Amino acid sequence: MSFVPLILVWPLLGWLVNGLAGRRLSRTVSGLVACAAVGASFATAALALAAYVQASAAQAASAAEGASQTALSVIVPLFTWLGAGDLWVQASLQVDALSLTMALVVSGVGFLIHVYSIGYMAHDPNVSRYFAYLNLFIFAMLLLVMAGNLLVLFVGWELVGVCSYLLIGFWFARPAAAAAGRKAFVVNRIGDAAFLLGLFLLFTALGTLDISEIRHRVGELPDGLRLAAALLLFAGATGKSAQLPLHVWLPDAMEGPTPVSALIHAATMVTAGVFLVARLDTLFLSSPAALVVIATIGALTAFYAATVALRQHDLKRVLAYSTISQLGYMFVAMGAIAPAIGIFHLVTHAFFKALLFLSAGSVMHAMHDVIDVRRLGGLARTVRWTAAGFIIGGLALAGIPPFAGFFSKDLILEHAFALGMASGNYIPYALGLLTAFVTAVYITRAVALTFFGVPAEAGAHPHESPPVMLWPMALLAVLSVAGGALGAHAAGEPLLRFLAPLLGAVEVEGAAAPHPPAAILMGISVAVAFAGVLTGWIVHRNRRDPSLGAMGTLLEQRWYVDALYDRSIVAPGHATGRWMAGPVDLGVIDAAVNGVGRLFAALGAASRRLQTGYARQYALSVLIGAVLIVGYWILR
Amino acid sequence: MLPVAAYLALSAVLFTMGVVGVLVRRNALIVFISIELMLNSVNLAFIAFARQHLGIDGQVIVFFVLVVAAVEVVVGLALIVEIFRSRSTVDIDDVDLLRG
Repeated sequence: MSFVPLILVWPLLGWLVNGLAGRRLSRTVSGLVACAAVGASFATAALALAAYVQASAAQAASAAEGASQTALSVIVPLFTWLGAGDLWVQASLQVDALSLTMALVVSGVGFLIHVYSIGYMAHDPNVSRYFAYLNLFIFAMLLLVMAGNLLVLFVGWELVGVCSYLLIGFWFARPAAAAAGRKAFVVNRIGDAAFLLGLFLLFTALGTLDISEIRHRVGELPDGLRLAAALLLFAGATGKSAQLPLHVWLPDAMEGPTPVSALIHAATMVTAGVFLVARLDTLFLSSPAALVVIATIGALTAFYAATVALRQHDLKRVLAYSTISQLGYMFVAMGAIAPAIGIFHLVTHAFFKALLFLSAGSVMHAMHDVIDVRRLGGLARTVRWTAAGFIIGGLALAGIPPFAGFFSKDLILEHAFALGMASGNYIPYALGLLTAFVTAVYITRAVALTFFGVPAEAGAHPHESPPVMLWPMALLAVLSVAGGALGAHAAGEPLLRFLAPLLGAVEVEGAAAPHPPAAILMGISVAVAFAGVLTGWIVHRNRRDPSLGAMGTLLEQRWYVDALYDRSIVAPGHATGRWMAGPVDLGVIDAAVNGVGRLFAALGAASRRLQTGYARQYALSVLIGAVLIVGYWILR
Repeated sequence: MLPVAAYLALSAVLFTMGVVGVLVRRNALIVFISIELMLNSVNLAFIAFARQHLGIDGQVIVFFVLVVAAVEVVVGLALIVEIFRSRSTVDIDDVDLLRG
């Protein structure tokens, strides 16, 4: 397993090459270097998977006689990062089922998106900078998912945040893009502060930040402390994964190039919060109150974002709210004590949402950056492959069998129902089901408005994207169809079985998990999905787009959450800033400094009159002084 | 023999004349002479006291004062000559480069 660090080294090298020598490379070479780096990373990760499976089987064989079988977790130590007193941070990589799954998704989907980027960014003058950032992001994300220590994980966590900021603001000359990058960074900072506090708490209580040690020792913590740590870390996750109430940055992040939206703001980075919960599963799953919070926030976010997506006109924003909503589903799975299912949905979502975004990018490419669905229409006739890609992704998102999204979403709903049976809390299930319906409606609307009916603008001459963009989409389409097999009953649930030794152990612990009527629930899910698609099609066919009256306005305004933030936080913040810059800085601080200067200038001007230049006057001064001193001595 | 008070009175008169000379005259040479007058009036006082107390301390100090005065004359006259060369005047009120 000693070759595992290479997974991280490739993208780092790619970043160095493109970052340092990018200006001297041709755009083709730049793209090839970046793609090769991520491709090599994917290949290495696949080799690591093979080695891990082999080692795992060997362990299982030798432990066959033994009583308990624990998940194999290989720690690859790199170096001692810092050692001071009690704090001893070992930079290490952790190789287990979860980190390998994540690494494969990140590098695999990342590779496809890198290839797509060659076509999408073909006319941008700063291609090498783009690919340098993209490679750095892949490195940071892999560091995050493979870290064996929470502090190292935090470094990856912050690095992906920086890359996200850099790539959202890639076209920084556009004020909207610069502002969106800033917003993403600031909102994430709120979550990150909570994350850091959680780390401090864990370190104070346990004296270690080593992930596997924390996983095994959470039982030592008192209940309240465990809850506090779980909630703080979850607050960090809500920032990165755009959950209520810190979701506002993700829709704005669509200002970045579309492949970036696909890679960072749909498939990988935003799932870091879900990953964090799965990584520290024992901590979260052993504090029931935290689970209730997670499931509730997830369900509310899923429902909220899905409804907002109903009335967005920017195709990428529809997908952005859809991402927020699907991340909500993943958190519902975590809250329903089914982390493996959440990771399953993470994987299928990475496939079909990346496909949807790349298709949307292809639409932009075809229509010269027009992305407002009100100005599109009828594209299925002109850009067939793109339309096919988007529709496949849409069906997967809507949860139509046998597409990938169906399997994972159905399992989540099943576990949410089981949660209801166990605790009487059916809210996550009800909201989840409702969201499934709304999801089907909004994605059908997006498809109907974009690809069917009569084109809104007759003058446009859409052209299909080049093969370098279509091939990654085709592969993602295949994955969006076949990805469900990773967790389907019929296919033997390979992914779930792979994760089970690591993440399943706790699941059994949850007292006598009730068995929900899976077949009936599946029937309900399918019916709801079809009903949603049908409703969406009936309402929006022929590119009709009823405004839904007052409710439509409410949704279009995103339930006024953004307006509320603007009024209550952003505007006062700006006002405070202006007040600080004006009255305080100019009026108090500058005035104090200038006042001191002016005071001494005035003193100098007054005292220079003493220097008359007449020697006789000086002599008189001396005389007066002498007389005074002598007089003092005499009269004393 | 005259009482010591008489010598002291003469010394005080001479000193006051020196002070007034320094303060009211503008010719650098006169000012200079006035300073010499003050020094020598002090010398007179020293001598008088030395005589009064039958000691030689006062007389020794007078020698020191004479030496210092001689040195002062050398430096002072050199300065006055230089000032005259550069400004063609020995009026000390005209020399006011340091006026603020």
